[in-house]
Amino acid sequence: MENLKVTLPGMVLQNPIMPASGTFGFGFDFVDYYDINILGSIMTKAITQHPRYGNAVPRIAEVTSGMLNAIGLQNLGVEEAVNAIFPRLPSIYRHKVIANVSGSTVEEYVAVIKALNKVDQIGAYEINISCPNIKEGGMAFSVDETMASYVTKACKAVSEKPIYVKLSPNVTDIVKIAKAVEAAGADAITLINTLLGMRIDVKTRKPVLNNIYGGLSGPAIKPVALKMVYQVYRNVSIPIIGMGGIMTKEDVVEFMMAGASAVAIGTGNLVDPMICHTIVHELESYISSLGFEKIEALVGVAHG
Amino acid sequence: MIKRLSVKNHETIAKDTFALVLKGAPPHKPGQFINITVPGEHFLRRPFSIADQEDDEILVIYKVFGSGTQALSEVKIGETLDCLTCLGNGFGMTKHKHVYLIGGGVGIPPLYYLAKALKKHAIDVTMVLGFNTEADCFLIEAFETLGTVIVATLDGSRGIQGTVLEGLKDHTVNYYYAVGPNPMLKALTSIYKDGEVSLEERMGCGFGACMGCSIKTKHEPKRVCKEGPVFKVEELVWKT
Ligand SMILES: Cc1cc2nc3c(=O)[nH]c(=O)nc-3n(C[C@H](O)[C@H](O)[C@H](O)COP(=O)(O)OP(=O)(O)OC[C@H]3O[C@@H](n4cnc5c(N)ncnc54)[C@H](O)[C@@H]3O)c2cc1C
Ligand SMILES: Cc1cc2nc3c(=O)[nH]c(=O)nc-3n(C[C@H](O)[C@H](O)[C@H](O)COP(=O)(O)O)c2cc1C
Ligand code: FES
Repeated sequence: MENLKVTLPGMVLQNPIMPASGTFGFGFDFVDYYDINILGSIMTKAITQHPRYGNAVPRIAEVTSGMLNAIGLQNLGVEEAVNAIFPRLPSIYRHKVIANVSGSTVEEYVAVIKALNKVDQIGAYEINISCPNIKEGGMAFSVDETMASYVTKACKAVSEKPIYVKLSPNVTDIVKIAKAVEAAGADAITLINTLLGMRIDVKTRKPVLNNIYGGLSGPAIKPVALKMVYQVYRNVSIPIIGMGGIMTKEDVVEFMMAGASAVAIGTGNLVDPMICHTIVHELESYISSLGFEKIEALVGVAHG
Repeated sequence: MIKRLSVKNHETIAKDTFALVLKGAPPHKPGQFINITVPGEHFLRRPFSIADQEDDEILVIYKVFGSGTQALSEVKIGETLDCLTCLGNGFGMTKHKHVYLIGGGVGIPPLYYLAKALKKHAIDVTMVLGFNTEADCFLIEAFETLGTVIVATLDGSRGIQGTVLEGLKDHTVNYYYAVGPNPMLKALTSIYKDGEVSLEERMGCGFGACMGCSIKTKHEPKRVCKEGPVFKVEELVWKT
């Protein structure tokens, strides 16, 4: 397992595999399936300042090679996370986790981080900037360099842990946003979040999702995600955590060759609760069959 | 648990309705469900209730609804299916000596396994089963071995004409268990307050991970797949 070790800002991971935010909760629903201590880390479900129910159901639609979700960041709020969830986490998982922070205003991100700073088990924050900014007309923080930079700086200013900024693929030029958050002090970049999409039920003649639009994830988005990791790697020097459609060990290796220092598996967990377990166990012999001893040597090799 | 279950039997029992017997299953409680990977290009699993279990064999009764259930209907005896088993909480047991089991269409299957369990606890059951038309009817003879059965069809081709509500006329319902389409459950729960219903919702995972099936209840949001699919009538709030 030593050969699978990877280093991220503020964290050393026993392997580069972690579940992506929103597809694993805080891990409690997976302990019936396997001992989750084998995971490199866990990216938690979104944490917002106040409890959120999210969008009305239906919130899920199937698409070719993937799914749409419009959960709407349902979570119990930061107070409950600090008082009721994080205290129970060590009983199922002993390594550091990455807390996914979401908000509708810059002040909300700041408030969540301040409240989470005291939680020792959090190794870093993943700032989900795909949320609409309600103060600035509902446009997502992620689509505008100035806003992305502003929220990164504000988080950095109050954070006692490294800040990883999670980029949205729903932009014209992801490199611009990546450079902006790097310049604003981000310690790492995670990408990609979901791509916007929709489905219509031909029987009812209505959108399937109550929210009409939802986030596309799963194998359908993998080529897009891989391209964005590759592109961002060429243009920034901070580490990247890659995600989007990973289902197999081969996918993991592709993302790392494109430039990811570690990867996250999202939707895969929903259809195969054992997916992370399976990949962790296959990875070492797989990279060795490709001629690599240490997994860190894979990072960015596709760039020559 | 993830299990590969083998198809022991698979047959048509009514119009577009199939009975599927799967072998190799761990024990399930009435009201629990499994989430099956269906063949072909279907990314998500499909959830189905347990209609009966004997030893390691479970019965699933399903109706072809869209392309996933269509693909499932083509699975042959001897093939295996990848299943997440033992999902959700089952129905609760009751102190009442006599209860009603009220089912509409493909909501009916889990009530069969429940009826058998209630009988074992010496609880008498009256079944009120609603179908569209005679060709859709299934499991009626099996239910008749367990208690009184009232059948209602929308077109009156079998039993009483109308919905399960017509079937319940002149009955005093002290406690009931109901499964069926939401409009039926909404109507029932607005009249009869003491009981349990099993809900359906679109699911991403079926075991609590994605929050896809989370509904509002009186006190807090609950996941149909994890805290449900069975809910007490008094917890429910219906979308308007
Ligand atoms: C807990 C539970 C128990 C169920 N038990 C039974 C049963 O015993 N017998 C039976 O015939 N049916 C049952 N259903 C409904 C069954 O899951 C759907 O009919 C089936 O998923 C339809 O798939 P499809 O590909 O044919 O339809 P499509 O419409 O093509 O499916 C598209 C997507 O929508 C989902 N979907 C469509 N209808 C439903 C629905 N009613 N509930 C949840 N998801 C849906 C599918 O799973 C799939 O992800 C149950 C549903 C739930 C949630
Ligand atoms: C059901 C669901 C819920 C999600 N919730 C969140 C969330 O709360 N915060 C977040 O930053 N990303 C969330 N995501 C996005 C994933 O973390 C991931 O970025 C995306 O799904 C792409 O990876 P995948 O194809 O492996 O799923 C969610 C995705 C899904 C499918
Ligand atoms: S379907 Fe994923 S939480 Fe219920």
